[in-house]
Amino acid sequence: MPTRTVTIGSASGLHARPAKIFVEAAAKAPVKVTIRSGDRKPVPARSMLSVLALGVKKGTEVTIEAEGDGADEILDGLAELLAKDLDADHA
Amino acid sequence: MPDTVLTGIGVCPGTVAGPLLRIAAAPALPAPTTVTDIGAEVARAGAALAEVVAELGRRADRAADDTVAEVLRAEALMAGDEELLDGVRELIEAGHDAPHAIDGAFATFREIFAAAGGYLAERVADLDDLRDRAVAVLLGLPMPGVPSPGHRYVLAARDLAPADTADLDPDQVIALVTEIGGPTSHTAILARALGLPAVVACAGVLDVPDGARVLVDGATGRVATGVDDVEVKAAIEASARLTAAASGLTGPGQTSDGYAVKLLANVGSARNVPAADEAHAEGIGLFRTELLFLDRAGEPGHGEQVAAYRDVFRAMAGRRVVIRTLDAGADKPLPFLKQEGEPNPALGVRGLRVARQRPEVLTAQLAAIAEARAETGADVWVMAPMVSTVAEASAFAAAVHAAGLPRAGVMIEVPAAALRAADLLRVVDFLSIGTNDLSQYTFAADRMCGPLADLLDPWQPALLQLIGLCGEAGRTAGKPVGVCGEAAADPLLAPVLVGLGVTSLSMSPRALPAVRAALSTRTAEDCRRLAALAVAAPGPVEARAAAG
Repeated sequence: MPTRTVTIGSASGLHARPAKIFVEAAAKAPVKVTIRSGDRKPVPARSMLSVLALGVKKGTEVTIEAEGDGADEILDGLAELLAKDLDADHA
Repeated sequence: MPDTVLTGIGVCPGTVAGPLLRIAAAPALPAPTTVTDIGAEVARAGAALAEVVAELGRRADRAADDTVAEVLRAEALMAGDEELLDGVRELIEAGHDAPHAIDGAFATFREIFAAAGGYLAERVADLDDLRDRAVAVLLGLPMPGVPSPGHRYVLAARDLAPADTADLDPDQVIALVTEIGGPTSHTAILARALGLPAVVACAGVLDVPDGARVLVDGATGRVATGVDDVEVKAAIEASARLTAAASGLTGPGQTSDGYAVKLLANVGSARNVPAADEAHAEGIGLFRTELLFLDRAGEPGHGEQVAAYRDVFRAMAGRRVVIRTLDAGADKPLPFLKQEGEPNPALGVRGLRVARQRPEVLTAQLAAIAEARAETGADVWVMAPMVSTVAEASAFAAAVHAAGLPRAGVMIEVPAAALRAADLLRVVDFLSIGTNDLSQYTFAADRMCGPLADLLDPWQPALLQLIGLCGEAGRTAGKPVGVCGEAAADPLLAPVLVGLGVTSLSMSPRALPAVRAALSTRTAEDCRRLAALAVAAPGPVEARAAAG
């Protein structure tokens, strides 16, 4: 299954604004995407509560997975979001 | 004749009538019931959560502030979460009814969030709020928080928390009445910012039935129920006449014999500038910068700070802008300063005192202000909050000048600073008196403490005497002394402040026309005479009567 492992780039971690942006992007994807941190159970990337509950901070590595048509492209886009500092865009 | 007349403290003038609605309390979970139709119960729970999502979306749509809107949308995402709904479905299949299934599903996440600590633990309150909202929908009760009935109403509450009012809709809420609170409470400040008639410390208001029509007079503090249409009409017309008299007058502030008093506006961002212009403000007397720092995990970056300051400076081109450096701590805790554990935050590391521990925050802010000023050429004055000694004032002035900024001043908020006003003016260019905090520290009475509201009355002669010391020091030094606290917004008090030697008054733009009108009816000599009478009075009630 296509996967990407990314280091979280947002200053506040995958919280609040960065989490919202990521979850909204994942919810738009036509295939199911999961996200996990370390060796914990993967959770659906379109679930805000589950993504928040991962409690990942800046610099933490996470792995996202998806299967189906266009999974690679979708994962590339989401990985890019995760690697960016989404707090810094907040002008 | 009205049925009941309640009396509180009027904190923002204006007279309106409308149905009273209170902030609803969180509903209690009902006794568990047996579920017979699992499918229908799942649908019922889903519809309740969907209604919460829709309500949060509506609030986000009308929120004037982008940050508030974003927070509401993030909460909507949580209420509509598919994992949450899966959890609800499982619990219903296991035999729980919809309210208990929703409570249980939120509890799962609640435990994870609480156990994680830090940022996530702070979000537990959001989860509880979402659960309470969904349960209220299931029980057919109003959702907790500020109501949004789709029509105009008078909002009643025990007190208003900043979180309640972040997205308060001024098209629906026509007045605020709280059971507790004082003239400097959050409710009072919010009311003045929105121009809403408001009464605080109004005992008995929570006993008025929801939906009963009340007549609220924000000048006298009178709240009447059971008034007839004739009385309502007469009261509203009388109030409108006063407002009209004030709005006919424009231009710089002055007494009837031409003694100039600068009338300035308090703003928090460039969004408040149009209101200041509409009120013919001669500039900004207090530009609060802490809004930029609130609700954030980290300090705003240099570029972001420059942009925020530049927007206000540019909008006020050619006019004076007094910008206050970060005023954090006490009632304005900032997460990134990590100030937990102070035994009494009002007497702790707040205002300029933050620079003792984090000097780089002040240096970065001054650099951003200097850059914004250089780009706009505005007449920028910089002042520090919570200065107590000449040494602090001197160090601050040095930092301001080192950043390339020409004018440094300090706020007078503690009695120590007022007593040494003359010494302070040897090292700074101007003083600005924050009457709310100066009252709090002079009378050892917390600003939020309703039962002590009389001690926080800006007419307290001891407070006026301290203001007089500052005015006298300013006259001797030939340097400006302003008032930027809520006292500046009181039309009756304004001539007294001028008589005490205050050279500028800064307030919410809405309050400006009435203050301008009040000054125009007095000579400078009148002002001095009224000031002497007020300071000599035995108490605030007599001081107000003597100056009236």
